[in-house]
Amino acid sequence: MTDWIDIGALADVPSRGARCLTTPLGKIAIFRTADDRVFAIDDRCPHRGGPLSEGIVHGAQVTCPLHNWVFSLETGEAQGADAGAVRTYPLRLHDNRILIDAQTLRARSAA
Amino acid sequence: MAEKLVVIGAGMASGRMLEHLFETAPGRFDVTLFGAEPRGNYNRIMLSPVLAGEKQYRDIVTHNEDWYAAHEVHCRFGRTVTKIDRQAKTVFADGVETPYDRLVIATGSAPFIPPIAGKDLHGVRAFRDLDDVEAMVAVARRPGASAVVIGGGLLGLEAAAALRGRGMEVVVLHLAPHLMERQLDPAAGYLLRRTLESRGITVHCKAQTKAIVGNGRVEAVALEDGTVYPADLVVMAAGIRPETRLATDAGIEVARGIVVDDFMVTSDPDILALGECVEHGQTVYGLVAPLYDMARVAAKTLVGESVPFMPVQTATQLKVTGVSLYSVGDFADAEDREEIVLRDAAAGIYKRVVLKQDRVLGAVLYGDTTDGAWLFDLLKRGVDIGAMRDTLIYGQNHTQGTTADPLAAVANLPAEAEICGCNGVCKSTITSAIAGKGLTTLDDVRAHTKASASCGSCTGLVEKLLMATLGDRYNPSAIQPICGCTELGHDEVRRMIVAQDLKSIPAVMQELGWKTSCGCAKCRPALNYYLVATWPGEYEDDGQSRFINERVHANIQKDGTYSVVPRMFGGLTNAAELRAIADVADKFNIPTVKVTGGQRIDLLGVRKEDLPAVWADLNRAGMMSGAAYAKGLRTVKTCVGSDWCRFGTQDSTGLGVRIEKFMWGSWTPAKLKLAVSGCPRNCAEATCKDIGVICVDSGYEIHFGGAAGLEIRGTEVLCHAASEDETVEIIAALTQLYREQGWYLERIYKWMKRVGTDSIKAQVVQDKDRRRQLYERFVHSQTFAQVDPWEERVNGKDAHEFAAMADVQLMQAAE
Ligand code: SRM
Ligand SMILES: Cc1cc2nc3c(=O)[nH]c(=O)nc-3n(C[C@H](O)[C@H](O)[C@H](O)COP(=O)(O)OP(=O)(O)OC[C@H]3O[C@@H](n4cnc5c(N)ncnc54)[C@H](O)[C@@H]3O)c2cc1C
Ligand code: SF4
Ligand code: FES
Repeated sequence: MTDWIDIGALADVPSRGARCLTTPLGKIAIFRTADDRVFAIDDRCPHRGGPLSEGIVHGAQVTCPLHNWVFSLETGEAQGADAGAVRTYPLRLHDNRILIDAQTLRARSAA
Repeated sequence: MAEKLVVIGAGMASGRMLEHLFETAPGRFDVTLFGAEPRGNYNRIMLSPVLAGEKQYRDIVTHNEDWYAAHEVHCRFGRTVTKIDRQAKTVFADGVETPYDRLVIATGSAPFIPPIAGKDLHGVRAFRDLDDVEAMVAVARRPGASAVVIGGGLLGLEAAAALRGRGMEVVVLHLAPHLMERQLDPAAGYLLRRTLESRGITVHCKAQTKAIVGNGRVEAVALEDGTVYPADLVVMAAGIRPETRLATDAGIEVARGIVVDDFMVTSDPDILALGECVEHGQTVYGLVAPLYDMARVAAKTLVGESVPFMPVQTATQLKVTGVSLYSVGDFADAEDREEIVLRDAAAGIYKRVVLKQDRVLGAVLYGDTTDGAWLFDLLKRGVDIGAMRDTLIYGQNHTQGTTADPLAAVANLPAEAEICGCNGVCKSTITSAIAGKGLTTLDDVRAHTKASASCGSCTGLVEKLLMATLGDRYNPSAIQPICGCTELGHDEVRRMIVAQDLKSIPAVMQELGWKTSCGCAKCRPALNYYLVATWPGEYEDDGQSRFINERVHANIQKDGTYSVVPRMFGGLTNAAELRAIADVADKFNIPTVKVTGGQRIDLLGVRKEDLPAVWADLNRAGMMSGAAYAKGLRTVKTCVGSDWCRFGTQDSTGLGVRIEKFMWGSWTPAKLKLAVSGCPRNCAEATCKDIGVICVDSGYEIHFGGAAGLEIRGTEVLCHAASEDETVEIIAALTQLYREQGWYLERIYKWMKRVGTDSIKAQVVQDKDRRRQLYERFVHSQTFAQVDPWEERVNGKDAHEFAAMADVQLMQAAE
């Protein structure tokens, strides 16, 4: 079962940039790529907790601002020689509004 | 609950074991790591080059703080474990008890100190860890100091060569009749001795040390034969003993080393041991290659897999620059053995291969060790060399009829030939990584295979493999592309931006054939800078291509908060500014206020959402961003100068303030730091800055190309200027030339090395027209650059940076 909630407009997120979503369990970073795709991942680098929302976005990837690990926004996996992953959350884009599945957030808080 | 794993000893063996463990079973263990040394794991092998001054400690760190943090290892460095309580399953260090489910002992070896009089004197050192190296270097720095090294084995000779290289008088005392008798036959030992003596090292074989003499501190070493050598330093390199005390005390079975089975388990099934402290099959080991195998085995055992340890032979090489020496296997004379020897006295070459029934049993190579890997491979595989017996000693090329092309030799090595002894990496592992993962540089190969990442003596072989595998595509001196997104180097890109009139990042990427859709974190900031610098006023800065610090105009800290550094022109401030800083610190609960190395004040730990309000308050008191984050003008440090100082020749403070007011806001390839000193006493440290001014009676001496960060270098003198105006013009012209030619992230000193000081002087000093043009271009660019980024943001620019997009909690509540 899904339960989509509106978290804002596509235009709220800068192209090749990110914004943060405050949730009961911490921050989730909402990314927008150059080709206007949107992704959500935990705003915490598995390396040393770097805020991924502040990294440079290139393609569907982000480079962590603290020590330059690169993550795929699609899979959450670290790229290259580094090993690790961040959790990803499904997003939907509807009429230029960004929707997140509240169910996954609740599932997360239950976990 | 993760099982508690306690590891005693943060050395090379346990470090490698943890790597395997975290790779195969991340999170399975909650690891506590004790290390007697006050630091994490480093490549102990490389202490020799550190002692020689060829490398620095930071180059040899294998596991840094980040690594330990990433794997959540509880580090107990500087803590010696003093007791294991096997009943309670705990270990004790500094009186603190730490429980374990599984325990790993990896305490390495202790230097063997012969029981001679004077061994405890000040100035007697072993050669085992970084502290030893630092102590030795401290003595070596004293002019005219001399050293006696006791022990002419691997360790002793590496120490001797390194200390000699640092200018000490060095004597090596060796008990046996020839050097390195365990690895070398007498002939090679002799050649080695000759080489060392030609470097000014005294070698005394068959030396029986009687006593070390001195009053509190060593003064000399006396031998049984009556010889006395003066010494300020005595290096004990007479051998090592497995460090087994903890295990013995705990009642674990110990022979020469801690006895382990094929799976590295000791007599207590919950306790493993590995490294130099263990004994396996009645053998103890003292080179890293077998220890790394133990590490793999121990990691498997810990996760419940049974892979037995199978000892393999290891070749020995001496890490003394300019000495090529290779030995492997058993080369003692015996009835049933034959040997083939080749000597070339003029070239100082000696090769000896020991055979038994047409199989290679051992080899000693001196002077030319190219065929070491090949012979070792023949040995390991037990190849019948009957057919090539006559030419064997001339090496692989000759034997296999190929040309004397060193690449061919490498290409001819069989796939399983071992290239990197330390890490046990064979040829096919490297070539398949090169081909499969698209590796093109030595660093790539190191990162992916670990080959050449330990002692480095196989670096040449690895490079040849790169060449053999990649052909023309491997060219270490070729143009380095900016990053993986393009084949073009920085210079080409800069040239094309101008030549093709490219004015945006997408235009550059399109016209220059970028391989990725929107670049990466390396090329985007570079391109953004090149465009900013090339098209002032025309190009619209792309914040999303800037590193976070330059996007939000503050420095990100390790916990995600920011630091704020307001500008204090020339290091001058006043009561109103200080009061505003104090008020801001109080109002926003800023935890740390610190005076920086750049003569201004840093407010650390500011929350991101508070930044605009903090800036608003600072702006109100007349302060602006100090750009402490910028690849741009940072600070202009000054001294008090003629205003106050009895030695001051000019108004250095005033000139510094003038320069900073003129240059702030400019973007440069890398950060740009200046200083102005009022006289040659140089209290503003102008001679280690990117650009420095030393005031003298007759005017201003302009310096450039200093550095005091990762590298330390004094500046070079650019020229002398008669007036402040001329000084400012020259500095601006120099900066502009750097802005136009520098590669992104290249400091002035590196740019200067690359393009040559003569070409810079010609344009900035000699050619006055050119200087004027550069100066004018700088002035033009400044008309767009001098906007305080804090003020812009106080007025609402990029507001999205400082606030969350939404709060899901609230929205759910509202549902
Ligand atoms: C705050 C300060 C230390 C202090 O408390 O004194 C400092 C702090 C940092 N320095 Fe520095 N450096 C500071 C003076 C220096 C100096 C001394 C000086 O400028 O006279 C040097 C040596 C001089 C030089 O640059 O050659 C210095 C050489 C470095 C380097 C090495 C640069 C190099 O090319 O070798 C780095 C690393 C880098 O830039 O990549 C660095 C990087 C950093 C960074 C930005 C690390 C980072 O990327 O996060 C630190 C930011 C902390 C923060 O948020 O404030 N810092 N740093 C100093 C700020 C000066 C200022 O007022 O702006
Ligand atoms: C100068 C030098 C050059 C070398 N060159 C080579 C070379 O070229 N090739 C090669 O193969 N090998 C070389 N070696 C040998 C190689 O470094 C060792 O074989 C290897 O480091 C041993 O690994 P280990 O983990 O067993 O012990 P170590 O690396 O010595 O680590 C053991 C650690 O345990 C700590 N420790 C001991 N007791 C306690 C305790 N009770 N509590 C807490 N911590 C404790 C020690 O302080 C030490 O840090 C060299 C060694 C030296 C010193
Ligand atoms: S020296 Fe500079 S970079 Fe290093 S910790 Fe200190 S402030 Fe940070
Ligand atoms: S915290 Fe992200 S790379 Fe280190």
